Amino acid sequence: MIDVRDLTKNFGDFCAVNRVSFSVPKGIIFGFLGPNGAGKTTTIKMLTTTLKPSAGTMSVDGHDPVFQQHAVRRTFGIVFQDPSLDDELTAFENMELHGVLYGVASPKRRERIKRLLQFVELWDRQGDFVKHFSGGMKRRLEIARALLHEPKILFLDEPTLGLDPQTRNHIWSYIKNLRTEQNVTVFFTTHYMEEADRVADELAVIDHGKIVAEGSPQSLKEMAKTQPLEDAFIALTGHAIRDEEASVTDRMRLGRKIWRRR
Amino acid sequence: MSAIYVLWLRQLKRYFRSRSRVIGSIGQPLMFLLALGFGFGPVYQKAGGGSYLQFLAPGIISMGILFSAVFSGMEIIWDRQFGFLKETLVAPVSRFKIILGRILGGATVALIQGIMVFAICTIVGFRVERIILIPVALVFMFLIAVFCAAIGTAIASVLEDMQGFQLIMNFLIMPLFFFSNALFPLEGLPKALRLIIHLNPLSYGIDGLRGVLTHRFLFGFGFDFLILGIVSVILVGIGSYLFSLIQI
Repeated sequence: MIDVRDLTKNFGDFCAVNRVSFSVPKGIIFGFLGPNGAGKTTTIKMLTTTLKPSAGTMSVDGHDPVFQQHAVRRTFGIVFQDPSLDDELTAFENMELHGVLYGVASPKRRERIKRLLQFVELWDRQGDFVKHFSGGMKRRLEIARALLHEPKILFLDEPTLGLDPQTRNHIWSYIKNLRTEQNVTVFFTTHYMEEADRVADELAVIDHGKIVAEGSPQSLKEMAKTQPLEDAFIALTGHAIRDEEASVTDRMRLGRKIWRRR
Repeated sequence: MSAIYVLWLRQLKRYFRSRSRVIGSIGQPLMFLLALGFGFGPVYQKAGGGSYLQFLAPGIISMGILFSAVFSGMEIIWDRQFGFLKETLVAPVSRFKIILGRILGGATVALIQGIMVFAICTIVGFRVERIILIPVALVFMFLIAVFCAAIGTAIASVLEDMQGFQLIMNFLIMPLFFFSNALFPLEGLPKALRLIIHLNPLSYGIDGLRGVLTHRFLFGFGFDFLILGIVSVILVGIGSYLFSLIQI
């Protein structure tokens, strides 16, 4: 479903993603793990056509995200790391707008909006303004929205970040149901290891822009010879705290922003 | 087509839901109209210019449109900060359609704003010479609105946050308004100022609107329409080009 070969992204002389290769088979839940600033979001951005790679090739459902943007955009739904809803619109209007942008025809659109809002348990709040929603409700609405146009792939960038355990549990149960109910391939990033352990069929661990391990949660644990996946993760990526790395990235990005403004 | 429509509709919904914005953006033109219109009225009359309010009103209507259209265009910056922009950027819709929907939405909001200022002008004593021509005036107002909304979107596509806003306001939008024929007639002005006013596309919009409403053209109807139309098309082009460069 997704095929990535030697994917590279440089910001100035900082290399955020360095010759990364992996593939995601159809119909599985694929977890993309890594510490802060490891290159997870950058990879998602390139796969979802919003950032151009410096080198390498990608294929998303047989289409190239660089040269066939529209074809690729039709195949996936995405839940971004930060919210991307219009707060001044109602839940239903947010869904409706998405449906029209993706060309979902009217009778079908209404029916699917209803089904999906019921799926994430927001149907009785459909007429409420999104600005009155809690973080967890917004995230659920975004998941429903991302599924509206029947995508083949669902990208979830840190879908449970900043949510309480109850909501996180809820969201993962939706995501696990997706495979059976909506027939989608799921690509998610997280740094909650026990979550990845519970839901993912396959994992890839990225660090310093490189893939350091790949396989099922079980095989990763065997590889690192440790039991909880969390320990395996630390064994694979080291003990160092990544603030330093992240701030280098941030500084690079900031530098670029200042540059662009001139 | 429907993508353009739904983005246009979004702008209108957001506008009508924010009552403070509706009322707030009338305040500034209202102040200019009352203070300048009645303050300079007697001097203008003595100098033989006739009614200053008759002269000023089309300029103030244009001012209302200018500010509200530029603001609407710059909503992209908010959308970038609140994340909604990403949603439109990953949709399988061409950037041109997205920007067109936004410009038309912003322009429609500005047109409504302009109509409200127009209404206030007539309440305080502005007289339209030929009522029949009001639809033509609306066309001119809409063109001005498209022109200004396109400026706003072009700027917002380049700026990443609101920090540059003051700069744009003071060095682009204010000059656009003050160095136009909105507030004063061109007779007897210094050559340099006259030249600047002639180079300012907004002058042609104001002249067209003033001509249609009060029958006082400086450049002529056809010429005004032509210049404003061409500049609007060019700016929509520039705006959508700059917008297409956005990476998130």
